[in-house]
Amino acid sequence: MSKPSDLVQGTLDMLILKILALQPLNGWSIGQRLKQISSDVLGVSDGSLYPALHKLEHRGWIRAQWKSSESNRRAKFYSLTRLGRKQLETETANWNRVSAAITGIVKLKVKLKEA
Amino acid sequence: MKIEQWFYSLPSRSRSFFHPHQVDQELKEEVREHLEQQVRENVAKGMSPEAARTAALRTLGGIAQIEQQCRDARGGRVLADFVQDLRYGFRQLLRSPGFSALAVLCLTLGIGANAAVFSWVEGILFRPYPAVTHQERLFALAGTAQGKTGAEELSWPDYLDLRRSCTLCEDSLVSKITGSTLSIGDHAETAIGSIVSANYFDAIGVRPILGRGFEPGEDVGNDSHPVVVISYQMWRNRFKGDPEIVGKTQRLNNVPHTVIGVAPDGFYGTFVGWAMQFWVPASMEETFESGGYKLEDRDARWVEAYVRLKPGVSRSQAQQEISAIAARLDANYPTSNRGRDIGLWPLWQTPFNNAGTLLPTLEVMVAVVALVLLIACANVGNLLLVRSIARRHEMSVRLAIGATRARLLKQLLTEGLILAALGTAGGLLAAYACRHALVLLLPARSGTAMYLPGQMDARVMSWSAGICLIVTLIVGLIPALQARNFDLAEPLKAESPGVVGARGRAWLRSILVISQVCLSFVLLVGASLLLESLNKIRTTSPGFTTTSVVTTRVSLVAAGYDVPRAKIFQDDLMDRLSVLPGVDSAAFAQVTPLGYGSYSSTPIAVDGYNPPPDERPAIEYNQVSPAYFATLGIRLLSGREFTRNDNENAPLVAIVNRTMMNRYWGGQDPIGRRLQVNGRWARVVGVAADSKYESMREAPTPFFYVPLRQDFARGPALYIRTSQPLPSMLAALVREVHALDPNLALYEMITLQEQVNRSTSAQLVAVTLVSILGALALLLAGVGLYAVMSSAVAQSTRELGLRMALGAGAANLARLVLSRGLRLTAGGVLFGIVAALALTRLLGNLLYNVSPYDPLVFASALAVMTLAALSACLLPAWRAARTDPARILRD
Repeated sequence: MSKPSDLVQGTLDMLILKILALQPLNGWSIGQRLKQISSDVLGVSDGSLYPALHKLEHRGWIRAQWKSSESNRRAKFYSLTRLGRKQLETETANWNRVSAAITGIVKLKVKLKEA
Repeated sequence: MKIEQWFYSLPSRSRSFFHPHQVDQELKEEVREHLEQQVRENVAKGMSPEAARTAALRTLGGIAQIEQQCRDARGGRVLADFVQDLRYGFRQLLRSPGFSALAVLCLTLGIGANAAVFSWVEGILFRPYPAVTHQERLFALAGTAQGKTGAEELSWPDYLDLRRSCTLCEDSLVSKITGSTLSIGDHAETAIGSIVSANYFDAIGVRPILGRGFEPGEDVGNDSHPVVVISYQMWRNRFKGDPEIVGKTQRLNNVPHTVIGVAPDGFYGTFVGWAMQFWVPASMEETFESGGYKLEDRDARWVEAYVRLKPGVSRSQAQQEISAIAARLDANYPTSNRGRDIGLWPLWQTPFNNAGTLLPTLEVMVAVVALVLLIACANVGNLLLVRSIARRHEMSVRLAIGATRARLLKQLLTEGLILAALGTAGGLLAAYACRHALVLLLPARSGTAMYLPGQMDARVMSWSAGICLIVTLIVGLIPALQARNFDLAEPLKAESPGVVGARGRAWLRSILVISQVCLSFVLLVGASLLLESLNKIRTTSPGFTTTSVVTTRVSLVAAGYDVPRAKIFQDDLMDRLSVLPGVDSAAFAQVTPLGYGSYSSTPIAVDGYNPPPDERPAIEYNQVSPAYFATLGIRLLSGREFTRNDNENAPLVAIVNRTMMNRYWGGQDPIGRRLQVNGRWARVVGVAADSKYESMREAPTPFFYVPLRQDFARGPALYIRTSQPLPSMLAALVREVHALDPNLALYEMITLQEQVNRSTSAQLVAVTLVSILGALALLLAGVGLYAVMSSAVAQSTRELGLRMALGAGAANLARLVLSRGLRLTAGGVLFGIVAALALTRLLGNLLYNVSPYDPLVFASALAVMTLAALSACLLPAWRAARTDPARILRD
């Protein structure tokens, strides 16, 4: 079993932060939202979601609160901290820079092929 | 980690740390809730409840794994892991109780020795005066004179000038030890007290629990303020805790004193070595000090003083100012203060109490106990290594099922911590039990035991905790070093038989044994050097007879004798003693050689001797009666003894010693020449051989004697040369003294040999302590050698059996084991010799007439070491010789 690469791992963190930036959610809803957004491309299993959530909480980027859900059941809701918001900004900026660079390289290759 | 992040992650971290169970509970609930929600979702999609649950479980994956991953992600495992390691470590230790007990015992000895010595260092050197505030800014104050090593007391006027002019001193105070005869009801006892300046109790921050301390001005005048503050112990024991004690009268040295206060419990005064029982103001000096009224005399140096510097002032700054003051005194009072300086000493170097005496011994002890601790650690490390071979299997299995090496290291360190913590606890208890033990090594004087408490305060505790951590690291890392190149495959291979004498895995243990032998050899050499020194110092002649001379004092001062009465009494007693059977001769002298009392000192001038401009000859002298030299057996090189005719009406005379003759008269016979003493001219009538005056280790110093009658003191010491045993001599003397005056009492009677022994008690302490620890070290090293050899034999039974089967005899095998043990010992001794040659110089002035490289000492240490090594290897060798080849080959 190979470890998820740092890129994918970091991406998962960023996606969670992004999702939570819109509204506080519980773990199950975060998982549903992930599947919706990424159209299952990333293949994030629910099993790897929870360790990631706990890691983010441990780092102080998100915080957890027990609240009642719509169906009036107790659930653990995660929300972004100020530090998490900052982290999201940094990671988004990083992502944009890196993806722009990679896109550039890929386009370059395409051009080379054409030439 | 950035501070901000640390702040944000704090709630999560602290929850994981403080409420691990709740966090775990919530984690389970969270995962369960997820599952339930998925099931509801699935049911809503139309699945049957069972199918919904199965599908939900499948999408989620292994619940236990998820939970574990979450716990790991939280990082809150540190405490839980530690508790688990602790529990496991304890189980491991309990599984082999013999090993554990031995290891803990070794560490208890090692750490206990350290804690005890540090509690002594703390209680005697660094914080010697419990209840005294701000001891860290307290310094001892003493005078120094040009051309004379060591410190001497100050005069009272000098002290007052210093107190007035010192701007960097917060306070300065006088505390001079003195003795007194204390009569309560019909019996008299001696008590130890201090003559102090009036600011004493205020300056040290001690409030009497009853009554008051001294008031300003109570240290002025001559015998003008007969008031006394008594210690808590004296109040409890001698006055039965009388609540009405203040205002009552108590006779001290036959002078009625009013008790004005009781010092608090736990305050023992400011003198290292004795617990003070009373304090009197300096104005009562003449009642307690011999030698007359000294408060206006700059030549009378008797004051022992301390200063407390203002906060933030360094010793060198203060020393500069004080030296400037001394220079001013030098200029203003040339006759008394020429060439004199005043020095500041940290409390642990205080020149006038037992701190200075014990300092070299305690310094050496700090080094010695560090060695003992290292030996103990090496021993425990060795034991752990022996055990780690047995645990190889366990470690491999743990590695194989996924434990990280860091985790195993943590486990080993935790086990080390358990051992070290138990050893530290035991060591602290042992040190607490030994905190007063130092006193036991010192001879008691006239029934009063010295007071040298160890101090088990926060500093000693934290020091011990630091040692505990170091021991943990050593003891935990030694087996880790072995486990470092642990091979997963190794336990799968056949158990490789150990080979006696082979390197292989045994190298680490061999190193440990070699270093143990090396360190104990150093201690053995140190102990024998000290023993040899003590032997030399106690057998070297001090220049006077020690065995057949006894000395004591008669309580003339305490009984209120004035000078004329004292003179008559002294003459009468001499007349009676001269006809007493068994008395060869008898004499008085003001100061006992090698005793605690200080000699008078005077600037001198000699006809025809022109001192170089920077030399201010000031020489110490003693006031002695006729027959002094005959009684003490000091040889007269020329001239005559003093006689009864050398009295107050006769011309002044003096007897000089050989060194003085050589220095001031160029070795010419000085008889008939003039010597100026205290500004008056005396004629030299004799030359005496050199002897020891203040300490056995002093170099020959110029010294002279004047007749007691021409420089009179009421309370001189009495010396009797006698062939009778001490008790019968004492009884005879008491009869004679009581025949003259039944109210008089005798102080303790001792031989001059006892006097010499007391003056060298620091050596005795050093010898005793180093010998005890040296024996301990030898024992530990022996145990270490034994452990290594016997486990080597146990592991190489196959090889031994094979050798035997091939024809090696039992003697051969025993020799094999013995020679390996002796090879290790030889290696250790070799390093030990090098280390000892480098280290024994540190014994410095504890050595007396013994070279630190004395070959005889090294040879005897080698002999002892070899003997110990042989006996440690004997049992393993015997076991090797008894190897049964048939059984080995069968197995």
